[in-house]
Amino acid sequence: IQMRLSVARLFRASRQVNNVVNGKWTTTHYTVKERSKDPRWADVDMTRVTDEYDVVIIGGGPGGLSAAIRLRQLAEKEGKECRVCVVEKAAELGAHTLSGAVIETRALDELFPNWSELGAPVYQKVTAESIAILTQTGRIPVPIVPGVPLANHGNYIVRLGHVVKWLGEQAEAAGVEIYPGIAAAEVLYNEDGSVKGVATNDVGIAKDGSPKDSFERGMELHAKCTIFAEGCRGHLSKQVMSKFDLKEHEMSYGIGIKELWQIDPAKHRPGYIEHTMGWPLTSTQYGGSFLYHIESDGLPLVSIGFVNALDYSDPYMNPYQEFQKYKTHPSIAKQLEGGKRIGYGARAINEGGFQTVPKLTFPGGCLIGCAAGLLNVAKLKGTHAAMKSGMVAAEAIFPELENNKTVTPSSYQPALDQTYVMKELKACRNIRPAFNSALGMYGALAYAGLFYVLGRGKEPWTLQHGKPDNEKLQPKESCKPIEYPKPDGKLTFDLLTSVSLTGTNHEENQPAHLTLMDDSVPVDVNLTKFDGPEARFCPAGVYEFVPSESGSGQRLQINAQNCIHCKTCDIKDPTQNINWVTPQGGEGPKYNGM
Amino acid sequence: AEMRVLVGVKRVVDYAVKVRVKPDKTGVITEGVQHSMNPFDEIALEEAVKLKEKKAVTEVVAFSMGGPKCQEVLRTALAKGADKAIHIEIPDADASQLEPLHVARAMRKIIESDKFDAVFLGKQAIDDDANQTGSLLAGMMDWPQALYASKVEPDGKSLKVTREIDGGLDTIKVTLPAVLSADLRLNEPRYATLPNIMKAKKKPLEKKSAKDLGIDLAPQTKMVEVSEPPVRQAGGFVDDVPALIAKLKEKGFIKA
Repeated sequence: IQMRLSVARLFRASRQVNNVVNGKWTTTHYTVKERSKDPRWADVDMTRVTDEYDVVIIGGGPGGLSAAIRLRQLAEKEGKECRVCVVEKAAELGAHTLSGAVIETRALDELFPNWSELGAPVYQKVTAESIAILTQTGRIPVPIVPGVPLANHGNYIVRLGHVVKWLGEQAEAAGVEIYPGIAAAEVLYNEDGSVKGVATNDVGIAKDGSPKDSFERGMELHAKCTIFAEGCRGHLSKQVMSKFDLKEHEMSYGIGIKELWQIDPAKHRPGYIEHTMGWPLTSTQYGGSFLYHIESDGLPLVSIGFVNALDYSDPYMNPYQEFQKYKTHPSIAKQLEGGKRIGYGARAINEGGFQTVPKLTFPGGCLIGCAAGLLNVAKLKGTHAAMKSGMVAAEAIFPELENNKTVTPSSYQPALDQTYVMKELKACRNIRPAFNSALGMYGALAYAGLFYVLGRGKEPWTLQHGKPDNEKLQPKESCKPIEYPKPDGKLTFDLLTSVSLTGTNHEENQPAHLTLMDDSVPVDVNLTKFDGPEARFCPAGVYEFVPSESGSGQRLQINAQNCIHCKTCDIKDPTQNINWVTPQGGEGPKYNGM
Repeated sequence: AEMRVLVGVKRVVDYAVKVRVKPDKTGVITEGVQHSMNPFDEIALEEAVKLKEKKAVTEVVAFSMGGPKCQEVLRTALAKGADKAIHIEIPDADASQLEPLHVARAMRKIIESDKFDAVFLGKQAIDDDANQTGSLLAGMMDWPQALYASKVEPDGKSLKVTREIDGGLDTIKVTLPAVLSADLRLNEPRYATLPNIMKAKKKPLEKKSAKDLGIDLAPQTKMVEVSEPPVRQAGGFVDDVPALIAKLKEKGFIKA
């Protein structure tokens, strides 16, 4: 009896639930469809509870936690009060952390000289390393002499998510208030335009943008100073960079896709690391791989990944498929054969370096870590920079707290310029842009050899990156669809199986957090001009072009539940029509030690 | 009149995480993996809190049994409206041997000393799918049980409960004290919002050890082996119906 009624109802209901109106995907998020003008919200109480802190830190990654710990260490030392709060959108610290990673411990050494006794999960020293240029079947080794940016003697292979979790425990012990599962959704401003703090996400909004019975407003966290530690392309960092005009040059990015493998113990060489360039990318396409052998809880693990620069021009480029292809190279496949894939994830990374670091301080706040673009792409390291910048920011902010209602840490950027963070970025600033010359990869390697390894980065000129990444995409007429090999289920896998390994999920009945400024652009521009590149650059299968329900043609389908918060779409959408905003807190991937 | 409800909440591997079997096949990997409150327990808790808001219940007490990390789930329960929490602590090493019978025994001890009018539980935990604790407790206490509830209405000294069963919907009336287990469609749990998380830090969380309570934790079952489901074999394609029939006969599914 129940079956007969439901079929017709199901169709009508599912269309509403599916966000599709008149055969077109419709954005319903309140950042695009304002609630103040929406009659469904007319009687809803929108007041928020507030709380006061000295410092609020957005993001519980290595940078944010280091800043928090340093503030509390200073408070302890000087016997002063200091209320520090860290908000983190992941359900647990480390659940949204994704990195290779081989880290330099210099910042950790400064934060906790006795980190080893404290039980930091940093133990796997690099014992052997190789750099190579791959060809379809071969491998050309690159000599590792001192000064080569990817030389890693003395560094440690870590599972960064575990390090972040450990930093969180130290932070809590030091008196930091940490709130995982809480997303910072809105920047708050004082009357004078300075940053007042943040508001956390509202909950209980239905997919069509209307309030549910469970609707509750987010909370306001007011602070004398707000530190933005959201990582690469943070959505609130993006807002303040625009509002306070902090950018001088457009940032440039890459997408890093990573898998964690448990391999055959006979093939495991703990401490061995490998970086490659070249195949499967062409000589004019920047990118490369990393492969790190780490022993973790007695298991023979390998962290393997691929970074694909997002300034690519071919709209048919599929970074996920390039990564899968790379794994089939004989020298790589032989390490993975007989092994089992146990993790997958992706995250955008900064490649712009020195030239693209924005102004870091603004009234009431500052940017640290990857949100500030401090990652050193030549070394492929950003963790030590994030931690150090957090500590320097803390040292600049702390003395100002006592006598000021709003703190603008003006000594932060000058102090940072004196540290290794900016000095090393300056030294290797021309390596990445050298790649964009007509000589491509070989030109860049020659440049790096001459001016960085020998010249130590002292050349007086600074090369630029050119147009922003999203403007470098060529129209589809100038390129051909790329035929990628089919997944074999042993070494290479299909996208959706990979996404299921991330443990990502989002409550279905909420507005899609991937918002479109203009709902017509995906079909009118992205599909028409570029053949829908978003369906290819998203490493989680969020974007699909499907047959439209109304008549002919296709429409965009956004599978927001799959999102793994990598931010690639926000970066690479040709007209910047996609604006990634945070979903409810506690959602997204559930990485374990990635 | 006072009506106090005890709500059992269990800390389980988060539903979205892809579980993996331990190399020694004694169980699934839980170390470092994200955990959260069992989804059915969230629903049970929400129902108790809703009844409190309707003034049918005067106090909601959250209960969890296990290693030290259970406190995370209890704090979440406090943030979602529970007034107090009780943690029956057992050493981490013994946590994998914990069975529904032990939990029921612990709950009985708590009910005997603290007097509760009802126990709400999720219908089953998503890690073991046991669906035993509620019934075991009802048996021990000689209380009526209303399981797989999809609607609960207070009715004087009873509860009118609509249950989802294989044949459809079954409405029963149970006199209190009683055990109730929550099914999926009972309600939509509220969110643990930040102001409530902050307030929850100050709510009382009592810790008792299973040993001190004199609960017998001897395991009744032994886990022999945990393994992954067999890899699905690819099917074969046939070109037409005669070929299909021939294949079915060949494999012995239909008589030749």
